[in-house]
Amino acid sequence: MSDVTANQSNLRVLGGGIAPRPAPATTVGVVGWLRENLFSSLLNTILTILSLILLYFTVPPIIEWAFLDAFWTSFDYDGNGEIGRNDCRVEVLDADGKAINAVRGACWMFVAERWEQLLFGDFFKDGSLLRPTLAFIGLFIAVAPMLFDQVPGRNVLLLFAVVYPLLAIWLLSGTGIGIYYELVYLGLIVSILPFLFPHMPMREPLTKFARIYPLLAVVLIAASFFVSADGLTLVPGILTSVDTHLWGGLLLTMVIGVVGIVLSLPIGVVLALGRRSHMPAVKLLCVIFIEFIRGVPLITLLFMASNMLPLFFPEGYDFDKLVRALIVVVMFSAAYMAEVIRGGLQAIPKGQYEAADALGLSYWKSMYLIILPQALKIVIPGIVNSFIGLFKDTTLVLIIGLFDILNTAKLALTDAKWIGSVKEAYAFVALVYFIFCFAMSRYSIWLEGKLETGHKR
Amino acid sequence: MAREPKTSTTRKTTAAKKPAAKKAAAANGDDVAKQPALTISDEVAIEVAGMNKWYGEFHVLRDINLTVQRGERIVICGPSGSGKSTLIRCMNRLEEHQAGKIVIDGIELTNDIKKIDEVRREVGMVFQHFNLFPHLTIMENCTLAPIWVRKMPKSEAEEIAMSFLERVKIPEQAHKYPGQLSGGQQQRVAIARSLCMNPRIMLFDEPTSALDPEMIKEVLEVMVDLAGTGMTMLCVTHEMGFARQVANRVIFMDEGQIIEENEPEEFFLNPQSDRTKLFLSQILH
Ligand SMILES: Nc1ncnc2c1ncn2[C@@H]1O[C@H](COP(=O)(O)OP(=O)(O)OP(=O)(O)O)[C@@H](O)[C@H]1O
Ligand SMILES: [Mg+2]
Repeated sequence: MSDVTANQSNLRVLGGGIAPRPAPATTVGVVGWLRENLFSSLLNTILTILSLILLYFTVPPIIEWAFLDAFWTSFDYDGNGEIGRNDCRVEVLDADGKAINAVRGACWMFVAERWEQLLFGDFFKDGSLLRPTLAFIGLFIAVAPMLFDQVPGRNVLLLFAVVYPLLAIWLLSGTGIGIYYELVYLGLIVSILPFLFPHMPMREPLTKFARIYPLLAVVLIAASFFVSADGLTLVPGILTSVDTHLWGGLLLTMVIGVVGIVLSLPIGVVLALGRRSHMPAVKLLCVIFIEFIRGVPLITLLFMASNMLPLFFPEGYDFDKLVRALIVVVMFSAAYMAEVIRGGLQAIPKGQYEAADALGLSYWKSMYLIILPQALKIVIPGIVNSFIGLFKDTTLVLIIGLFDILNTAKLALTDAKWIGSVKEAYAFVALVYFIFCFAMSRYSIWLEGKLETGHKR
Repeated sequence: MAREPKTSTTRKTTAAKKPAAKKAAAANGDDVAKQPALTISDEVAIEVAGMNKWYGEFHVLRDINLTVQRGERIVICGPSGSGKSTLIRCMNRLEEHQAGKIVIDGIELTNDIKKIDEVRREVGMVFQHFNLFPHLTIMENCTLAPIWVRKMPKSEAEEIAMSFLERVKIPEQAHKYPGQLSGGQQQRVAIARSLCMNPRIMLFDEPTSALDPEMIKEVLEVMVDLAGTGMTMLCVTHEMGFARQVANRVIFMDEGQIIEENEPEEFFLNPQSDRTKLFLSQILH
């Protein structure tokens, strides 16, 4: 132990007297950053140089094509009386040095000329394009208060969000969804209200209503099959009706994507809870549903929906093709969602359930207030991953004859005037997909950061 | 069940015999040697009779009989795995018993969900690992159950929560999240959270055994203070100082049975069964 004492006697008190010095120049600033991140080792340096070479060979040609050599505005350059791909031709030298006419840069005229079709499909044939445009704007207004809790006037906007689905259906189809379904929808809203606001006025009668609501909904839906109420609807009939087979382009992509996203989350939650239920029948039902849907490709399900679903309904009962696709997409992503959410539920410690129970919270209240907020937060990356996948999978509805933005673009390419505009069409579609998917991705990262509440124990 | 017949419950005193005289001691909880409040009514708060519980084939609780008067403070101790946690978790139905009966505040615990919810509203529970809700602030942790279970207006719930947070001496933390607090602070919040429901009975399952020594003290102080209010308390703990200071009765459990039950002084100075002696010799060094 003598060396320990020796060490101790060597100890000096260093407190005070040393002023902070700036860090060495090579570790801070641009040079420091470069050194640290790009040239920290031999391997790193080689990779950096290879990356630079790769960028040199790819980026300039893309910029040249998409921006520098591109035609942006529609103008009848070749003077043949119509706008087409020929208007983008310029004189270039071919391999033998002969001057020929060819399209060198991107011909964005295609998008400029065809944007109505790319955005809305054939909607214009029966209705004003103002309608889907308003529906788009309404969507952003309805979604804003759900995504951001700092939005001014949030409560009013939330109220708008609740009625937005009916409004959008009316704007787009020109008709309602039939009196039965409208009542089911309104009943759903009314019965959820007391659950969301514990201190609202009239809470007691509303909770009573919520209790009988499921029965009411079943009766109404059953009635819709057997008692015809043709044309009866709660919405005013001042718009021309636009059949769903005319919906297309980004409009259709958004309808399927948004409906899929909005419905698959709550249905996924219910399925995930059901799969963890202590009631064997409920559990079995959920397991069968999830495993069946996950075990079959989406395309197969879409085929089945278009060919087999009619077998289950009364003779002559014609389900809209879009509605069928929506049902399939919602079920498909709900099954995946359920598994993602189940992962989150499993990550919640048992103590949280017990603490909620011990405080006297009922099953649904403890799920709503304690378990789901934590479980969903954990699986935000997984949920958004599913959403992004779903949004891109919407394009598969092509196989039952629906035209989303990608298929609409392909259709537009078959026009003789625009033959050869493949790159422009796909680049535009890719850009649209990218904007939505990237927005979702950024939002999820932002949300994760916002929900962070200090270190875990 | 291979056990000597002698080890059946050795009950020496009845709890209700304490006179309600020494009220003065209740006021200053730091008078360590004395028990703080001594008002024990004849009213029965908890009655457990012939209760048995199995985990599958494993017989965890065997013929438990226990009566707790209102205002009584009971400490339960015993070796690890003896069924202490299981016993108090049966009292708010976090665990289900298979035979015998448990009556809490006049309500028998059966499969009836309504009855269970009623009991849980009256019984607060504090866990070894606090189990605060990490996504809610301290204030929200405390007001959640009053608002959603008792249907109390938010402002009133917050007022009450604040008064209990002051009582456990952390009002300034009200708007932080549990993850930002120390273990001792979290456990005090957990106690406040239970108290906000205005329970008539409090259950504690080793509230200090996940804490560092300095923090144990601050939590025990809160519990001693609570005992001074006449709260009915059942406390699984190995803090023998706390048992001496606060408990009316100490219950010793082993292998799923109540082996011995006595006043704290008697229990520590004059244990009856061999197993109690062994346990005490291990725990008191
Ligand atoms: N969910 C369960 N399933 C099966 N056995 C269990 C379960 N929970 C507890 N046990 C067993 O029951 C017995 C009693 O457990 P309990 O948690 O009540 O003990 P304890 O006295 O609280 O011990 P400790 O002091 O370690 O907390 C132990 O042997 C334990 O292994
Ligand atoms: Mg235990």
